[in-house]
Amino acid sequence: MQDFLDIFDIYLLEAVINGILLGGLLALLAVGLNLIFGVIDVTWICYAELVMVGMYGMYYLVSAFHVSYWLAAPLCILLVAGMGALLHVLVIQPLLSAPPINQLLATGGVLFFLQSLATVLFGIDFRNIGIQLPVLAVGEMHFSYARLLAFGAALVAMVAVYVFMTRTYTGTAIRAIAQDRQIMALMGVDARRIYIVTSALGGALAGLASCLLVLQYDVHPFVGLSFGPITFLICVLGGLGNFVGGFVAAFLFAEIISLGGLFADLEWGYVLAFGFFILMMFVRPAGLLARRS
Amino acid sequence: MNGRRLAAAAAAVVLIAVPFVHRDPYHLHILVLILIWSFAYTSWSMMGRFGLTSLGHGGFMGIGAYVTALLWNHLGISPWIGIPASLVCAGLLALVVAYPCFRFRITGHYFALVTLALSGIVLQIIIASRDYTGGSLGYTPDRATGSALAALQFDDKATWYLIALGVWAAGLLIWQVVDRSMARQALEAISEDEDAAAAAGINVTAEKLKITVLSALMTALAGGIYCQYQMFITPDTVSGISVSLQMVFAAVVGGLYVTLGPTVGAVITILMAEALRIGFGTKGVGWDNLIYGVLLVVFIIFLPKGILGSALERVRARLSAR
Repeated sequence: MQDFLDIFDIYLLEAVINGILLGGLLALLAVGLNLIFGVIDVTWICYAELVMVGMYGMYYLVSAFHVSYWLAAPLCILLVAGMGALLHVLVIQPLLSAPPINQLLATGGVLFFLQSLATVLFGIDFRNIGIQLPVLAVGEMHFSYARLLAFGAALVAMVAVYVFMTRTYTGTAIRAIAQDRQIMALMGVDARRIYIVTSALGGALAGLASCLLVLQYDVHPFVGLSFGPITFLICVLGGLGNFVGGFVAAFLFAEIISLGGLFADLEWGYVLAFGFFILMMFVRPAGLLARRS
Repeated sequence: MNGRRLAAAAAAVVLIAVPFVHRDPYHLHILVLILIWSFAYTSWSMMGRFGLTSLGHGGFMGIGAYVTALLWNHLGISPWIGIPASLVCAGLLALVVAYPCFRFRITGHYFALVTLALSGIVLQIIIASRDYTGGSLGYTPDRATGSALAALQFDDKATWYLIALGVWAAGLLIWQVVDRSMARQALEAISEDEDAAAAAGINVTAEKLKITVLSALMTALAGGIYCQYQMFITPDTVSGISVSLQMVFAAVVGGLYVTLGPTVGAVITILMAEALRIGFGTKGVGWDNLIYGVLLVVFIIFLPKGILGSALERVRARLSAR
C-alpha cells in the first residue's frame, strides 16, 4: 500500500509540474492573442495557424538547410511577425469598420488558406525537427528540457512584453489606443502604424511559440487545431484582452489537461478542460477576473 | 406574388422529375450531397442571419450523425427513432450552452468563441471514446439484415435524392415561416440593439434561444441524414471546427440573408471541390480549401451579402428604378 502511494504521488507531482510547464507555453500564446484583441478589437481565429507556419519555417531551416537552431529561431520570429503585419494590412484593415464578427470570419478564411497552403506545399506527413534535448530526472520524475526551455522562454517573453508596454513610447501608445481609439488620433498617434506594430508583435509572439513548440511536437498542416481552440478558450475564460486573466486561465487549463491526461487519455483531459470552460461561462461569463459592472 | 408561386411550383416539378429522367448515379450523388449540405448551411443561416454567429454547428452535426449511428450499431435502434433521439440530444446541448450565453449576454466574438469550444468538445469526445466511435478512423453503420426501409438504408441514389430533396424543401419552408413571423422582426431588432429590443418588450433570451434550438435541431437532422446516406462518417467530415467554418463559408458566399443563399453557396462549393478533384486528382488535395479560404476573405471584404444576396439586391434596385 505504501509503495503504491509513493508511485502514485510521484506521477501526480510529475503531472502537476508538467502542467505548469505547459501552462507557460499556453500563457505565451494567450498573451499574443490578447494583445491583438485588446488593441485592435479583432480575434485572429488563424492565430494557431501562424504558429504552424513558424513551425514549418523552423523545420525547414534546421533540418533541410542545416541552419543552427539559435540562428533559425530569430529568423522564424521575424517571419511570423511579418505575416502578422501582412495579415493586418491585407485582411483586417479593409474590415476595420465592418461588424467585428466579419473580421473574425475573414481570419477564419485565412485559417483555411494557411492550412491548405501547408497541405499543398508540404503534404500531410508529420515532420520532426530531429533535435533531441536531454531529459532531466529529479528523483524518479522526468521532465524534458524542451518543456523547461519553453517555460523559461515564455516567461521571459511575457516580461519583455510587459516592459515594452509600460516603458516605451510605442507601448504606451498601444495601451492608450486600446482604451480610446477615437481620441488617440487627435493626440497625434498614428493608429494605422500602431495597429501594424501590434500585429507584428502578436505575430512575433506566435513565432516564438512556434520555435518552442517545434521542439516538443511534430509539424503537420493541422497542428494548429490541436492547440488553437484551447488558446481561444483561455483568452475567453480570462476575459478577452485581459492579460492577467489569460495568464491565470492558461495555468488552470494546463493543469486540467495534464491531470486529466494522467487519469485517462489525453483527449479526456481536453474534454474536461472544455467542460470546465462551459461551466465557468455560467459562473463568470465576462472572464475569470472581470469586474462586475 | 402569383408569378413567384408558379415559378416555385414549376421548379418543384422539375426537381422531383430529375431522378426519373436522368439516372446517372454520379450526378445524382452530387445532387444529393448538394441538397444535404444546402440544408445544413440553411440551418446555420437561420441564426447566422440574425448576427448569432455560431462556430458550434459542427458539434450539432456530429451529434446528429454519431448518435444515430451509435444507437443503430450498439443497441439496434432504427434510425427512425435514432435520428429523433439525436435531435433531442443536440437540442438539449444547444439549450445548455446557449442559455447561459444569452442570459449573461455573451454576444459577438464571445459567442463565436464559446460555440467554438462546443465544436471542439464534441470532436474530442468522439475521438476520445474511440472504443465505441472508431475515433479518427471513422465509423460505419452496420448493413441492415432486415428491411431496408426500417434501417433507412437504400442503395438506390434516386430514393436518396427524393429524401434529400424533401428535407431541403422542408428547410426552405421553415425559413419562410420564420421569415414571415413576428420572431423575425424581434430577432432583427435584437441584432440591431439588444437593450432597445428589451425595452420594446421583446424577451431577448427566449427569442434567441428559440432560433438557436431550431437551428441546432435542423443541423443535427442534416448530420443524421448525411450519415445514413454516406454510410461512413469521420469526426473531421461531420464535426469539429473545420465543418463549422465550412458552413459559415458557404453561407457567406451564397448570401446568408436570402432564402436560397446557403443553397447557392453549397452548389458553388461542392461543384468547385468536385471539379478540382476530377481535374487534378490526388494532386488537387488541399487546393479546394485553399481557394475557399481566399474566397471567404475576398467575399467578406468586397461582397458581404454573398453572390445571391448581391444579385437580388441589384435586380430589385433596377426594378424599383423603373
